[in-house]
Amino acid sequence: MAKISDQDVEKIAQLAKLKITESEKESYRSHLEEIVSYVEKLNELDTDDVDPTFSVQQRKQVLRPDETKPSLPREDALKNAPSQANGFFRVPKIISQDRGES
Amino acid sequence: MKFEPVIGLEVHAQLATNSKIFCGCSTQFGAEPNTQTCPVCLGLPGVLPVLNEKVVEYAVRMGLAVNCEIREKSILARKNYFYPDLPKGYQISQYEEPICEHGRVDIQLENGEMKRIRLTRIHIEEDAGKSIHDEAFVGKNESLVDVNRCGTPLIEIVSEPDMHSPQEAYQYLTKIRQMVRWLGICDGNMEEGSLRCDANISLRPEGTTGLGVKTELKNMNTFRGVEKALAYEIERQNEVLQSGGEIVQQTLLWDEAAETAHSMRSKEEAHDYRYFPDPDLLPVIVEKEWKQSIADSLPELPDVRRTRWLSNYDIPVYDVDLLNSDKGLSDYTDKLFGVVNDSKTAANWVMGDVLRFINDQKIEIHDCKATPDDLAKIIQLVEKDLISRSSGKKVFEEVAHHGLDPKKAVEKLGLAQVSDSGALDQYIEDVIQNHSDEVEKYLSGKDKVFGFLMGQVMQASKGKANPGMVNQLLRKRLEELKS
Ligand SMILES: [Zn+2]
Repeated sequence: MAKISDQDVEKIAQLAKLKITESEKESYRSHLEEIVSYVEKLNELDTDDVDPTFSVQQRKQVLRPDETKPSLPREDALKNAPSQANGFFRVPKIISQDRGES
Repeated sequence: MKFEPVIGLEVHAQLATNSKIFCGCSTQFGAEPNTQTCPVCLGLPGVLPVLNEKVVEYAVRMGLAVNCEIREKSILARKNYFYPDLPKGYQISQYEEPICEHGRVDIQLENGEMKRIRLTRIHIEEDAGKSIHDEAFVGKNESLVDVNRCGTPLIEIVSEPDMHSPQEAYQYLTKIRQMVRWLGICDGNMEEGSLRCDANISLRPEGTTGLGVKTELKNMNTFRGVEKALAYEIERQNEVLQSGGEIVQQTLLWDEAAETAHSMRSKEEAHDYRYFPDPDLLPVIVEKEWKQSIADSLPELPDVRRTRWLSNYDIPVYDVDLLNSDKGLSDYTDKLFGVVNDSKTAANWVMGDVLRFINDQKIEIHDCKATPDDLAKIIQLVEKDLISRSSGKKVFEEVAHHGLDPKKAVEKLGLAQVSDSGALDQYIEDVIQNHSDEVEKYLSGKDKVFGFLMGQVMQASKGKANPGMVNQLLRKRLEELKS
């Protein structure tokens, strides 16, 4: 049985930018534990001589020629945005400190 | 204690494709915000990315040119993090199995020696969009996001920590820029962000081989900025270590205007990108045949051409490196070398007249209408004394502007050098008649006056007289007057 700690749940919530309450924490912890235990069943298989599966599709690779296609009209691109200004998406100020690497 | 800097660079190069990496949106720079987007690059639910074949080809082109091993099968992975200019919540990149590994480039040091810099890897990935905070029209507590750049294809070129001074880093960057431009896969424009550079830097006691605690420098937007930022950070780390302190691992943002670096607030915890293979994308397969056809399509590389020029032509290294710095210029010069007798003279013409012309006109060399063959003809006209060197310059400009045959340009400009002794005798007689005082002085032994008389003849011919012949004929005529 896989063990998921409170710290694990907190970290996952933080990475997913979720705020969870103490009571939710316990519920998520037990759910996650069940899920991971279920998936752990796979470890019973001997996969020493099996290549890692990077894709479940058995197709040959599909590439696209380098050709441009019309983009969306800007009104459509911005249509579902909660907020917009001057043709931009408008979001709460994010300081670059939180930026990941690119 | 003396410390040695250890520097590794991560260079992002925007690939010069027409469309984005996973969708058909244009990659054109400078479009109105959010006019180059579609459901794929906006990260709308239910869409499927399809890889642009040119992206793979360009990455392999670069990999082969810098002696990398090319993976027959490489994996596109998701790098997960939240940022508003990354609509999907992850960037598609490569992690465990990048398309190119273990390369090398040779850079030239200031003392003329070559130094080998190893490349860890080159992988393909998508660019993020752009967030704007600082403009006047952006409110205090908001950021504006333009998704146009999102999905622009990039290669990230990661070096080993093989550089030991800001100058070496500068030379390395120059080399990478030369290569991507030479291969035609990126325009190399750092100011527009087509080429971006982050640096990892640490110090270690001289003579040791371990690695100290490193910092990462970001936000350097020019080549000189990279050099200055590294010099600044080396000095900063040196002061900390000399005074017995410890280097704190952190990311620093270079402020080009203030020539200083600011620490990004230290992260509460290290990033956890949770890379995993993107289930929407199949492995990238580069079969032997494809790899070979890309290899066959590579142009002669700058280092190879440099060596060939140095061994085949008698030209100084400085000239070679200048003429070889850009592929267009280098190809032009190479064609010219093929059709002239004297390569040094040809090199001088390109470095002087040709470069001046394209710089003045703000054009690329392939837009110059004077072909290498035209220039070779002009050089020959000068060699044969049919026109003077200064007329040659005018002829070149005429041909470069209008693309006519050099001989026609000579006629059109009326610049044919007069070597006909009958015509020259006439100029000489006129000058002798009109300057009897000076002729008297010459005859009485003031040899210096000869230069004046010579100048008068050249002026009378409007500069077209063959100076060598004028010299001879005038001297002869004056000697006749003596007796
Ligand atoms: Zn798109």
